[in-house]
Amino acid sequence: MADRIADIWGTRTPHGRDTAWPVRVDQHLDPSVREEDVDRWVQSACVLCSNGCGADIAVKDGQMVGVRGRAVDVVNHGRLGPKGLYGSWQWSRTDRLTRPLVRDATGQLVESDWDTAMGRIVARSKELLATDAGALTHGFYTSGQLFLEEYYALGVVGKAGLGTPHMDGNTRLCTATAAAALKENFGSDGQPGSYSDIEATDAIFLFGHNMAETQTVLWMRILDRVHGADPPRIVAVDPRTTPVAEAAVATGGVHLAPLPGTNQAVMNGLARELLHRGWVDEDYVSAHTLGIEELRAIVEPYTPERVEDISGVPAADLRRAAEVFGTSERVLSTVLQGFFQSHQATAASCGVNYLHLLRGQIGRPGCGILQMNGQPTAQNTRECGADGDLPGFRNWANPDHVQELADLWNVDQLVIPHWAPPTHAMQIWRYCEQGSIKLLWISGTNPAVSLPELARIRAIAAREDLFVVVQDGFLTETARFADVVLPAALWGEKEGTFTNVNRTVHLSEKAIEPPGEARSDLDIWLDYARRMDFRDKDGAPLITWSGPEEVFEAWKECTRGRLVDYTGLSYAKLRGGSGIPWPVNDDAPEGTDRLYADGNFPTHDDVCESYGHDLLTGGATTPQAYRARRPDGRAFLKAAPYVEPPEVPTPEYPFAFTSGRTVYQFHTRTKTGRAKQLRRAAAGVWVELSVGDAARLGVTEGDVVRVESPRGAMQGPARIGRGRDGVVFAPFHFGYWDQPGTDGASPDGSPRAANELTITEWDPVSKQPLLKLAAVRVTRIGAGEGPAPAPTTTASAPADPAAVPATVGGPDAESSDQVGTAPPPHPAPEPRSPDHQPGSGGRTASAETTEG
Amino acid sequence: MHLATYLGLQHVASQTLAESFRQVAQGHAAEPDVFTDCHHLARMCDEHAARLVPLTERYGEQQDDEPERLHADGLTGVRSGGVGLLRDLQDLYVLASFVDITWTVLGQAAKGVRDRDLIAVVDSCESDTQRQLLWLNTRIKQAAPQALIASGSTT
Repeated sequence: MADRIADIWGTRTPHGRDTAWPVRVDQHLDPSVREEDVDRWVQSACVLCSNGCGADIAVKDGQMVGVRGRAVDVVNHGRLGPKGLYGSWQWSRTDRLTRPLVRDATGQLVESDWDTAMGRIVARSKELLATDAGALTHGFYTSGQLFLEEYYALGVVGKAGLGTPHMDGNTRLCTATAAAALKENFGSDGQPGSYSDIEATDAIFLFGHNMAETQTVLWMRILDRVHGADPPRIVAVDPRTTPVAEAAVATGGVHLAPLPGTNQAVMNGLARELLHRGWVDEDYVSAHTLGIEELRAIVEPYTPERVEDISGVPAADLRRAAEVFGTSERVLSTVLQGFFQSHQATAASCGVNYLHLLRGQIGRPGCGILQMNGQPTAQNTRECGADGDLPGFRNWANPDHVQELADLWNVDQLVIPHWAPPTHAMQIWRYCEQGSIKLLWISGTNPAVSLPELARIRAIAAREDLFVVVQDGFLTETARFADVVLPAALWGEKEGTFTNVNRTVHLSEKAIEPPGEARSDLDIWLDYARRMDFRDKDGAPLITWSGPEEVFEAWKECTRGRLVDYTGLSYAKLRGGSGIPWPVNDDAPEGTDRLYADGNFPTHDDVCESYGHDLLTGGATTPQAYRARRPDGRAFLKAAPYVEPPEVPTPEYPFAFTSGRTVYQFHTRTKTGRAKQLRRAAAGVWVELSVGDAARLGVTEGDVVRVESPRGAMQGPARIGRGRDGVVFAPFHFGYWDQPGTDGASPDGSPRAANELTITEWDPVSKQPLLKLAAVRVTRIGAGEGPAPAPTTTASAPADPAAVPATVGGPDAESSDQVGTAPPPHPAPEPRSPDHQPGSGGRTASAETTEG
Repeated sequence: MHLATYLGLQHVASQTLAESFRQVAQGHAAEPDVFTDCHHLARMCDEHAARLVPLTERYGEQQDDEPERLHADGLTGVRSGGVGLLRDLQDLYVLASFVDITWTVLGQAAKGVRDRDLIAVVDSCESDTQRQLLWLNTRIKQAAPQALIASGSTT
């Protein structure tokens, strides 16, 4: 038995390079339930991060009572992390929303029924559609935590039913830059690498990615290599001393800690080193890429010394990192929020892609790129058209792609909003602020805690002229601003599929009934479509689906012939075994482990999802200019110079503030905050200061400090941590729903949400908000009540380990982890023909011309 | 030789465009991307003006000889609301187009006088100006439907 609060990553199963990752089955049950008492185990996958671990849900007496990793699954080989073990199921019978809520005559939210609630939404919707502004009055802000079928249905409702361009998700905060960078370099979204690359690699670069806390099971996979024969070297790029940074030092790699906002200078410096030291695969570059001369010119000024001046990373460390990248036989890179939510997000993430292209380190075992996601189903938001993309990675600027959707849905092409770029989340909120969007439908997300500059978001959500619908499992901070609240069934209470970071699709079966009158998000949108009576161009009902499997079958048709090809999948195929990575089609019936083995990228002008952008300004490349470059399957080497961040420390606000995550909580804690083991392990907000800064401010461990930016303030007990001087950190998870003394929605004088401080600013290409960078000042308010509630087990560990009691789970955190109970599952086979990537661009007219 | 005239013209036009970008940035500061990007593009114009200085010294800047009508007018003020933003971005587009075609004119002349320094400056600045136009085009496309169809008179 293991206490997986104290021992986050569990028992090691070390192994050498090119050997299979052993199975270890992790399980946690409610302490009152014995394994033999479980009525049945129901197949699913975990939704408490983006890793997508196969999991079975334990059910007893119609309730979820625990969870177990699936040994057969290629993603996790049986393992689960602490969030999954404790946080997956305990929320299900807590303070759930069980009935729709509407505003009564006095403005109070009161319980109601579905007919009344939906009736109000439909009445407002129809009223607005009848105005001159039509569908431009409607905005949808969804999640990265619903199921594929729900996003596709929402996509069709919004794009073919209403015809609004205002659809996005909180994936804009989480993973928009991953998608944007993949489109800029490779022509299309689609994760090049695979988790199985960890078994084969010699060096792992983690760019702004505290994987040890955010994707614990993926980190276990790395740790098992690190502890085995021929371990890979680790390089960490992160301003904090995370477990990843410690591993970097321990493995003979290096930890680069750039000042927040300076990633681009570091990436350009690394590229310059590769070019100057001759660590470039010239044959690969000339055969498979475009733009080497432009890249060379842009990165040339970034000598290691200049990079040191900008970022504070010692020149010798930069050289060492470049050497590891340049001389390792196989290199794997992962990228997450330290890049995605920071300054020059897309440019810096493209930087990771171009390092791999320069060395030809892509498409082979051990040589991969994982542009990560934060959320479990963010990939599906991107694929299905529930965010600012067209379904099936289609290009909104390509009339042929829009026509394909018009034909599929049997609607006029002009109904599909392709006449303006899809409206990104921050712009949707701006239109709400200006009053031109008058109905905002929020599903499965909590913007009143997760968006930047919360005072502004609360003011917008509270606007009289904005009709807000919130669809959630709980009365979140955001729900308290709604005109109508719809109770949603959550994971385990509904059926559907979802896709993880490395394209692996899982089926999640329904384990228990939803509470009260709660309904799945899919049922809610199908009900809305029925009540709105959306029609196709022949007058027939636009949407005729009645359940998730029908939607999945329709989605398969939408993906036919695209890179994101699901046509070889079915619920039956996904039932019983492992998740399967797309593309899955006649060419690759068992799925595809990694993309671009053939160096043929989906950049053909009739295939690509985007014609690309200027990385510095976001100006969109015209179709004519794109065609003139004749990419025809070659990847783009794109770079941008470093430019100063929009907000830098000043004498008035002398610190750089950055926000982030802890291993024990997920997002705004709607689920993890309701699991007692996790709640105890990270009970409240804290503010991390470096030893030197704390001494200068006269702050000791646990003292309450106030952090102020030009936009707002938050306060919490101080953790004297291990970060670099000049940088202040706070976790963004903590809002107000469970904070005594508040109304559950806003600070009421005791602000603790990190996003009170953040700036309304976004990346010019991916439009991802800049959540990792604000200038702040810090003031000591007074003594606290003991040490800060920051976990000691991770990046928030105290500088003085003796100063704070260690974080442990206790008896009710006991879990089992059984090693070697089954042979390891095999990754999806290599494509039948090594020269042809299933679903890639090689089958187009332009490609045939090139090849002929 | 009128090359000096055109160098002077472009020097002033670059300064005017920089100033106009800053005006739009300040006037539409509630649009964070407009604020940040316009300031960024203004700095690009500053750099262009600075790079023209040694060349105007070489050829002699002759601003005064040219009728005022050859100079592009900057923005006189910014408008408000969605439609106002659109109109201001269009004004910037017109001004940047003027700068763009002036680079073309200068580039032709630079080749004529076989001045490699001038050719290099014009090539690099012209490509910047085209990026500015691309950004303006992209932002105008984004703003147009909502501004013309859905925004009220006061927004």
